[in-house]
Amino acid sequence: MLHVLCSMIKMWKNYVYAFCITVAIFATAFYLGNYFGDKKINELRATESQIALDILSSETEFALLGELSCPEAQNSLLSQELNSLGEKLDYSEEKFGTDNSDVIALKKQYSLLEIKDYLLIKKLKDCPRSPVTILYFYADNCPNCEREGYVLTYLREHYPELRVYSFDFNLELSALQTLASIYGITAEKLPVLVIKRTPQSGFKTVEEVKALLPELRTTTPTKTD
Amino acid sequence: MNHLSNLTFYVTLFFALYFEVFMLINFWEKRLAIKTEETKMARLFPSVTVIVPVFNEEKTVTKTVFSLLKLDYPKDKLKIIIVDDGSTDETRHIIARFRNHKRVEIIRKPNGGKYTALNAGLARTKTDLVGCLDADSFVPSDTLKKIVPYFENEKIMAVTPAIKIHQPDRFIRHVQSNEYNLGIFMKKCFGIINAITVTPGPFSIFRKEVFDKLGLFREAYNTEDLEIAMRMQKNFYRITNAHTAVVYTVGPGTLRKLYRQRVRWIYGFLANTIDYRSVLFRRKHGHLGLFILPAALVSVMLFFISAGMILWNVFTAIQKKAIEIQSVGLQWHWLRFHFDWFFLNTDSKTFLSLVLFSATVSLILYGKKISEKKTGFSFHTLYFPFVYSVFSILWLSKALYALAFSKKTGWR
Repeated sequence: MLHVLCSMIKMWKNYVYAFCITVAIFATAFYLGNYFGDKKINELRATESQIALDILSSETEFALLGELSCPEAQNSLLSQELNSLGEKLDYSEEKFGTDNSDVIALKKQYSLLEIKDYLLIKKLKDCPRSPVTILYFYADNCPNCEREGYVLTYLREHYPELRVYSFDFNLELSALQTLASIYGITAEKLPVLVIKRTPQSGFKTVEEVKALLPELRTTTPTKTD
Repeated sequence: MNHLSNLTFYVTLFFALYFEVFMLINFWEKRLAIKTEETKMARLFPSVTVIVPVFNEEKTVTKTVFSLLKLDYPKDKLKIIIVDDGSTDETRHIIARFRNHKRVEIIRKPNGGKYTALNAGLARTKTDLVGCLDADSFVPSDTLKKIVPYFENEKIMAVTPAIKIHQPDRFIRHVQSNEYNLGIFMKKCFGIINAITVTPGPFSIFRKEVFDKLGLFREAYNTEDLEIAMRMQKNFYRITNAHTAVVYTVGPGTLRKLYRQRVRWIYGFLANTIDYRSVLFRRKHGHLGLFILPAALVSVMLFFISAGMILWNVFTAIQKKAIEIQSVGLQWHWLRFHFDWFFLNTDSKTFLSLVLFSATVSLILYGKKISEKKTGFSFHTLYFPFVYSVFSILWLSKALYALAFSKKTGWR
């Protein structure tokens, strides 16, 4: 009896060892994956609070100087930071999933920062070299949004003066819903570009967008190709 | 689809890692016994016949036979039988030069396939041990002396060698060279857990009584070396591996030839496994029946599913790029590339892939080390796992297709 048991153990023990080691390797890999994932989320959080601080500072500046002045800096750096934050959020959505609660929270915060930046920029509209803005409403399941996204990326790369504020229409954020309702945007109309306060529904090519924004042509593209 | 793709990835990776870890544990457990094996010297020299089946091998047969004649083994104990399986080229005249060697016998027969040539040789074999050496392979002089001591154990019925690619000269042979080194490690482990499923054509040595008791070689889907091993396993005949007994083979020089060889091997493996399915899942057949054979079948399946998933991912990536081109024309984003650690892939899949990759590379180096007694690193090892997986898709699909197809015709 004991002999049978011994031979059973001898036969199976390496399977058990191998299983334990493999599980340990997997556990370590998951731990590392989570660790770096958290690090990335934290980096995004830190960037967002930094941007929030910058916006608050700009707002305060405006309040102090009054609306008549046109500041030199025009917070161009801030907008760049928002851009790169947007890219990182897109990447995080792809990696961690669109239903990740951290990512959703970061996205909400990001949308709010965009709205605030947009409001700030609007105050500069009478200044020389004031940036050109587009509000872009999209959704995950909308058929032409992916293509519109490529068009806007292209335009942003070629015209640094252009500021695109993109909003996920399905994000449950009251400020965002209010902004959408101002322009009468509904889910069926997506993708929607708001150019000069006029909502443009449906896919727009690069040329169509350029036609709506004649001042873009006057700015020199950074790249010639 | 994304969740499914992730699941497939994790399951495949778990399986592959588990397999490699299991092999390493078994090897590590027996490391001392393996060291002792390596120092064992031949004391008894049983009589040996080596059969060289040739069919249109005018270029390589001379080298093969000369390597056998140069074997360091008592002259009166070693016999060589060259079986010309109806060659239509110069082979016949080339092998005629060995006619006057006392130890060489030449048989010429009408063409009937490799297994018939081997059986013709076996019919003339009267020695204790018998082996085979394909005419595209050759042996260093100490190989037989390293195999023979294993037969001092009466239970050992066959011994397989460590097969290597001789001086790989081009890409396709470097790939095979790494594959064979990995094979050397794996075969040793299979030997340790008594689960060897193939006694390869190049220089596997058997006790002659194997064929007296179990019968001669069979056609077996052109993989007679697989079938005989399975037949032995079914009858509880022990096969072990002599990892220091090196045999060199040339290996197919073009992808097309390699592809044909592999389709034959995989088809043969699957078809023979089906024929010997009674070995599967039987406790009496130990690790072979419970793990190695089922694992081989599962890995074929997983490999296919993963390959499908990878193709699907590539397809969606291409689709995305197509949408982009359709929207804004061809763009080169690398122009604005700047490094940011944020975009480095740091998810668990990356780490697991790294572990599997390094494990595979170390097994290849290990295989090289135990057979050559020296370590060396070649950069061909680094790309091998990727290139090999891509190639495998080709021959696995074809072999499975052939298997399904022949089954259909069989039923009619």
